[in-house]
Amino acid sequence: MTPAIELIGIDKRFGSVHANKDVTLAIAPGSIHGIIGENGAGKSTLMSILFGFYQADSGEIRVKGKPVKIRSSSDAIALGIGMVHQHFMLVEPFTALENVVLGAEGGRLIGPALTKARAELVRLAKDYELEVDPDAIVGELPVGLQQRVEILKALFRGAETLILDEPTGVLTPDEADHLFRILRILKDQGKTVILITHKLREIMAITDRVSVMRRGELVATRETKATTVEELAELMVGRHVLLRVEKGPSNPGETVLEVKNLTWKDRKGIARVDNVSFSVRKGEILGIAGVSGNGQSELLDVIAGIARPTSGQVIFEGKDIGILGDPRHVRAEGLAHVPEDRQHRGLIGSFDAAESAILGWHHLESLGKGFRLDRDKVVARARAEMEEFDVRPPDPLLKSAKFSGGNQQKLIIAREIKSNPDLLIVGQPTRGVDIGAIEYIHKRIIQLRDEGKAVLLVSVELDEIRSLSDRILVMFAGRVMGERGPRATERELGLLMAGVGQDAA
Amino acid sequence: MMQSRGELPHWVDVGLIPVINLAVALIASGLVVLIIGENPFEAMWIMVQGSLGSLKGWGYMLYYATNFVFTGLAVAVAFHAGLFNIGGEGQAYMAGVGAATVGLGLDFLPWPILLPLAILAAMAMGAFWAWIPGVLQAKRGSHIVITTIMFNFIAASLVGYLINYWFRPVGKMAVESREITGAYILSAREVAREYFGVKLASSPLNFSVFLALIAAWAVWYLLWRTKLGYEIRALGANPSAAIYAGIRPDRIIIIAMAISGALAGLMAVNEILGVQHRLLLGYVGGAGFVGIAVALMGRSHPIGILLAAMLFGLLYQGGSELSFAKPEINRDMVVVIQGLVILFMGAFEYAFRPALSALFYPLGGEGNQ
Repeated sequence: MTPAIELIGIDKRFGSVHANKDVTLAIAPGSIHGIIGENGAGKSTLMSILFGFYQADSGEIRVKGKPVKIRSSSDAIALGIGMVHQHFMLVEPFTALENVVLGAEGGRLIGPALTKARAELVRLAKDYELEVDPDAIVGELPVGLQQRVEILKALFRGAETLILDEPTGVLTPDEADHLFRILRILKDQGKTVILITHKLREIMAITDRVSVMRRGELVATRETKATTVEELAELMVGRHVLLRVEKGPSNPGETVLEVKNLTWKDRKGIARVDNVSFSVRKGEILGIAGVSGNGQSELLDVIAGIARPTSGQVIFEGKDIGILGDPRHVRAEGLAHVPEDRQHRGLIGSFDAAESAILGWHHLESLGKGFRLDRDKVVARARAEMEEFDVRPPDPLLKSAKFSGGNQQKLIIAREIKSNPDLLIVGQPTRGVDIGAIEYIHKRIIQLRDEGKAVLLVSVELDEIRSLSDRILVMFAGRVMGERGPRATERELGLLMAGVGQDAA
Repeated sequence: MMQSRGELPHWVDVGLIPVINLAVALIASGLVVLIIGENPFEAMWIMVQGSLGSLKGWGYMLYYATNFVFTGLAVAVAFHAGLFNIGGEGQAYMAGVGAATVGLGLDFLPWPILLPLAILAAMAMGAFWAWIPGVLQAKRGSHIVITTIMFNFIAASLVGYLINYWFRPVGKMAVESREITGAYILSAREVAREYFGVKLASSPLNFSVFLALIAAWAVWYLLWRTKLGYEIRALGANPSAAIYAGIRPDRIIIIAMAISGALAGLMAVNEILGVQHRLLLGYVGGAGFVGIAVALMGRSHPIGILLAAMLFGLLYQGGSELSFAKPEINRDMVVVIQGLVILFMGAFEYAFRPALSALFYPLGGEGNQ
């Protein structure tokens, strides 16, 4: 059978970075093909070449056996290739229907296109379980439905092959299940699906075949049935990886942080954090699970002093730090904060690593007396931290943006842990971080706990929450839905995350 | 992802691009000269000769450059905080009022006390005139570009009023203050004559040129060697990271604007205390706006600003020589040429970037992988 897509000898360099090395891959029509690999392994580059964002330095692309040149995404669309990006490309104030039609209006007047698209949407909804209200405003839809609009967009343009880039990152387990159901129907209808992910479980659950990428090379392609999670993980990193975290029992001590009836309302007056109470003790890791966007980010901001509570208290070592509303003072009290979004908050891309490594701590007298900032001390401090936390390359003068995601995150974790906090609050410590770095970051967090410090962990990765936490809180719509032990099943937590719970606090 | 092009090598960024922009600007100016029937090469020779061919030319060139260093640094400091201060014109104008008030009002003081006071007063007035838009931006969200432009107009009218009704001595026809005798910066010519017995050609160059060098060093030190400078740059580079770090944007915006205004105010020191020795109408003469081009061309770095300020000093001095030597190329024509240079160096600063990127990375851009 002629493959739907063939990539032959694709090679791509960005300056000194060899992003794709002679990649050859054939994707069978009517199948779900997974592509898995660490961050920076070259998955996204490869798909960007297929979708026309980049051109390969050498190599050939064949669609249904015919050699083609793909110079832009419109070339790709014309060849029946559609892509659902990790970050949706939707116009939020537009309706679902308008978004689907956008760019494919086919005339000066919008009316006929909308009428045609409406009929088409009804058909697609019936065929693929892709129900979306065509007149709903996209910005008001939950993420799962927004993603469906993205898929509809691709199908409306006649996509035969659908590329999905990390599609489940933002979904609840239920929504992910529905997505998988849709993908299976697509496959049954003869469409080809390429799934880019770093989640081994998804690969095992849904794909027919899986290709593993490592450092720009395609190292193996397997029939999913004939492989195991362990084998794939090993192929990804090139060595055996411990997927479970080794950790002993916790010895919780006195309470360090107490959050009492905390509420935070946004500008529209909507309570994003709604009457939340909990406490964190010395020597334990409290995990907060939840689908992203259910108030965890806002909770972290309030505790870190970035936002001021609307009502309630944040008591840290006996002192109400909520009223300070100032991250600098909160830090001075002994609280360190690894932010959820390292690109936009954790560091400053245009600063060199040494300067990013003092962000938030730049007032320390050890970095310069009074108003001065001693450059030598700043660099020396960064060099020591980079060495200890194995940040690569260990060059404090390199721009922060030039480090890979995992190394950026290590730089931030190093900065916050080395400030010797009594409480570390961590948001998404391993989002977009490769397996090697995940392992290391988890180890350091547990080490901090074992030193008797308190850790508050927020993550949307259930695996991470379950393997690190000593206690688990689940947040939904700004409220704490319940507390569970580390042995809680995924299903149990998943229900709480979806807002189904008996013991809503 | 699609448009992220590779970063160009450093030398291209700070060396080649300005040179290309300058070359294109000169070619465009040459065409203009050609159209009005003059020889562009001759015109260019007159400009270079007029500014670099004699001590007098050098004197004028450096005097203009002094002004542009101050206004360029002012733009650069605000720019590092993510603010576009285009009110240098008004801030420098208001600063003259500060310098003249102290210089005239306290002229019973001996000059070693009076002069520093007058300089501080100039800086304070400039800072004050930038502080108001800073507060409006920080506390009320009024956009700094809009407010600083409006403040240029307010300053223009206000200073005109003050000179006419407050500073002008009774019976004097010219709209200007009486002479400031106590706070007086010696010109290079006077220093050479008084202390070295050397006769120099007349030029407005004065000791303020050293003040410009000190200011350039101070700005470098502030931005890259102090905690405040770190906060200013952090806010400009990434506001959400700055907030995460406990840096208060409102505070930094106000401080950065005040520093920016103070630097612009130093322009009045060169002009009022160093050259004119009296407060007069319209002495800023566009230096505040040239500062924007200087800061852009100098990549908001003090060294770059010193070099760019000298280039614009050359254009100003050479330009006036040119209009003198070639009646067909009148003063307005020279302004056109200066405008073209500002256009290519400032507004089209990035015009040749994509082409150069394609040259350095022939096969697409540097991606995120």
